[in-house]
Amino acid sequence: MMRFLPLAGLLLVAGCATTDKPQPATAGTKPGDIVSVPLDPFPSTYRAYAGVTTVIQNATVYDGTGKKFAPGAVRLENGKVAEIGASVAIPAGATVIDAQGKYVTPGVIDIHSHLGDYPSPGVEAVSDGNEATSPSRAEVWAEHSVWPQDAGFARALAGGVTTFHVLPGSANLFGGRGVTLKTVYGRTAQEMKFPQAPYSLKMACGENPKRVYGSRNQLPATRMGNIAYDRQTWSDAVIYKRKWDDYTRRAKAGTAKPTDAPRREIAGDTLMGVLNGQILVENHCYRADEMANVIDMSHEFGYKVTAFHHAVESYKIADLLAKEGICSAMWADWYGFKMESYDGIRENIALVDHAGACAIVHSDDANGIQRLNQEAAKAMAAGNRMGFGITPERAWTWLSLNPAKGLGIADRTGSLEPGKMADVVLWNGNPFSVYSRPEKVWIDGAVMYDWADAKRRPMADFELGQPGAGDPK
Amino acid sequence: MRRFALLVAALLASPALAATYAITGGTVATAVGDTVIANGTVIVRDGRIIAVGAGLPVPAGATVIDATGKYVTPGLITAMSTLGITEVEGVRQTNDASARTTPFSAAIDVTPAINPMSPPIAVSRMGGITRAIVGPEASNEIFGGQGAIISLADRTDILVRGQAFQLIELGEDGARTAGGSRPAAWLNLRNGFAEAQRYARNPAAFDSGRDRDSLIKRLDAAALVPVVEGRVPAVFHVERASDITGVLGLTREFPRLRIILIGAREGWLVADKIAAARVPVITLTLHDLPDSFETLASTRSNVGRLVAAGVTVGLGVFQGDSGAQPRNLPYYAGNAVAQAAVPGGIGLTRAQALATITSAPARIFGLTDLGSLEVGKRGDVVVWDGDPLELTSAPVAVLIDGVPQPMTSRQTLLRDRYRDLAPGALPLQYNK
Repeated sequence: MMRFLPLAGLLLVAGCATTDKPQPATAGTKPGDIVSVPLDPFPSTYRAYAGVTTVIQNATVYDGTGKKFAPGAVRLENGKVAEIGASVAIPAGATVIDAQGKYVTPGVIDIHSHLGDYPSPGVEAVSDGNEATSPSRAEVWAEHSVWPQDAGFARALAGGVTTFHVLPGSANLFGGRGVTLKTVYGRTAQEMKFPQAPYSLKMACGENPKRVYGSRNQLPATRMGNIAYDRQTWSDAVIYKRKWDDYTRRAKAGTAKPTDAPRREIAGDTLMGVLNGQILVENHCYRADEMANVIDMSHEFGYKVTAFHHAVESYKIADLLAKEGICSAMWADWYGFKMESYDGIRENIALVDHAGACAIVHSDDANGIQRLNQEAAKAMAAGNRMGFGITPERAWTWLSLNPAKGLGIADRTGSLEPGKMADVVLWNGNPFSVYSRPEKVWIDGAVMYDWADAKRRPMADFELGQPGAGDPK
Repeated sequence: MRRFALLVAALLASPALAATYAITGGTVATAVGDTVIANGTVIVRDGRIIAVGAGLPVPAGATVIDATGKYVTPGLITAMSTLGITEVEGVRQTNDASARTTPFSAAIDVTPAINPMSPPIAVSRMGGITRAIVGPEASNEIFGGQGAIISLADRTDILVRGQAFQLIELGEDGARTAGGSRPAAWLNLRNGFAEAQRYARNPAAFDSGRDRDSLIKRLDAAALVPVVEGRVPAVFHVERASDITGVLGLTREFPRLRIILIGAREGWLVADKIAAARVPVITLTLHDLPDSFETLASTRSNVGRLVAAGVTVGLGVFQGDSGAQPRNLPYYAGNAVAQAAVPGGIGLTRAQALATITSAPARIFGLTDLGSLEVGKRGDVVVWDGDPLELTSAPVAVLIDGVPQPMTSRQTLLRDRYRDLAPGALPLQYNK
């Protein structure tokens, strides 16, 4: 649905969380202070909910790194994965789940969502995903549009999604910052924010920006216009960064006063964050030739593209993407809904993986996010019909560890390695079968979804008292 | 000369000249009740199924298609689509589903737009789809126009039935096209039907008998005549429970109306009424978001509850079904089976699920010789490398009217061209 809207493309600029303490807005009022751009002015207030020590055993376990344990067992303790193997220690008092015939995986991570920004219901009053008022709107942040009462969060959770990245749309070349959320409801977006996750900058290639602005008779109206506008914006960002670098150097040397600090430009902060390597670039880009242009542009200005999104033609340049270390976030088989998706093929994901490049299954869709495991199954099967011999445990890397890498959070989630967040799904059968569904979902070790317990299934404010409320969807 | 060449081509492609095929050794899901035949044989001759059973002898001269270890089903039918009339949705030159500035509405007929060479036809065929209902999208009136039924065979004449139904928008989309409200949409509906009745009574007097501010054109009125007379079904797009009951009530005023519902996401709330009216439903199985104010009660149990109430449900891809493609219909059906396992959820059996993409669409549109593997039916047969509803399965052979179909498409050609990216003697564009 969203893919047809001019808003469809998203630019995410993720705000990078660093370990720096946020600077108060008034920083720099005392002589000797060094003014800096606050890196985390809307800090996460997420808290993990209470869980109990839990052992899931006798399951088939895909660990997310490409390994399988069958039989397999996992122990969740203090919100973390404590142990994984053919069997694990069972501490006194632990809840033990016998998962004979069932499967355990890391929680699914969707690197490309608009949940909250384009929530249900899809009425104009809450459609807040595209600040389509200028080709560069690096100053907007997707989190400031997130409506915490989107019913889509509950559906994604029921589909085994534990973390997702909300991006602005793709109407603009520079769409703004994206934000990583956990699939845990809060009263505010801050309560959902994945703690200390890097921010992203959403950028967009191709048809959407040139159509949106070309139709208004303004730059960009062409693909060459897209790149020209991009390059000028980056060139200006380099100057902004230079001013801050110069001021900081002088301030540290005691030769600059707080009043010498450059004027804050909110868009510049995000672009500078990219140039400083703190903010990831998530770039909507369908066509192979456009990806190649973006790669050269990133070299020109000294930044890195973390992932190309909607990358339906990645298979044409999978070797280049492998060499550059850039992930591709892809649908399994969406094709042909617009000209730049005309050459989409079901083997795309498998071909990217086979070339040694980073492959990610993404949704861009409030319905599709609920079944990313099924999309991976289709892609795996298409690859195996080419003779690639892709195992299910390998294909699961497309759903958790690779998107975690694409979001800069792979050190904390995305696999069932001990010490990582206990973001876990128990499936009632093979998750690559159409007949399987998640039974339970743990996030940071707490059961946040249980298909058999209505008390463990959330309902957004919007759904309360509405027809069908409480139906196990 | 040219006419002669076309005639020869038509004869070559015609079922009359097709050979005899014996599909042997497969697990045959017939889509007749829940009948599944182990080690089944399906024999197709001259375009028709002549035998279905366990371990039948292969007729002399028959070409054998070995389905040992595989599954065999009827060709799938998508109960709605834009196949053949839309190639690239966002490229308007290739999108004939709607016409924003046309003065016409009900008279619009998709038939002349159907392009048998449109690549999505081959892509869908490789997914096991052998027939498609093709519908227009409403432009600027609640009457969207007349849809067709096509074969997905690799041939130049694929029209099965033109002017097969009328698409009518009520609910939010109808309100929008009618000027902004449901009452306005309903007024347009009653006015259109009434003018059609006047036209039917006396076509010659139609112009003189009309109000000066009449909203409907002669051709539109003419196209609505078979609808109000029940010779052509009306496919009503409605989602909200109250809109559904409103449509069901239309037969009090227009008793011969043959109603088909499409969308019907809140249908489960009034499933007994839909069943009592013997009205079939076209929808998908995975709608579960309150993504508009007319779909607040969306649930994946909708189809299961409708079928349990006795409603005939066919799966089809309709406007706004995000990401849905006809070739993925087996997975929509399979997910309905999965829904049965969810505590409190209502799903389908595998046989019921298969019916939603075979026999049910055939029944809804009166395709009496399609939709199941039975003697006398058309030879639309698909051989699958695994459970046909599974995500990892795919067709290995597709027969339409008893003719084996090519298993290639633009997509397989692209796949093969880019399989090996190592620099070659010539650019990849020389690799065909």
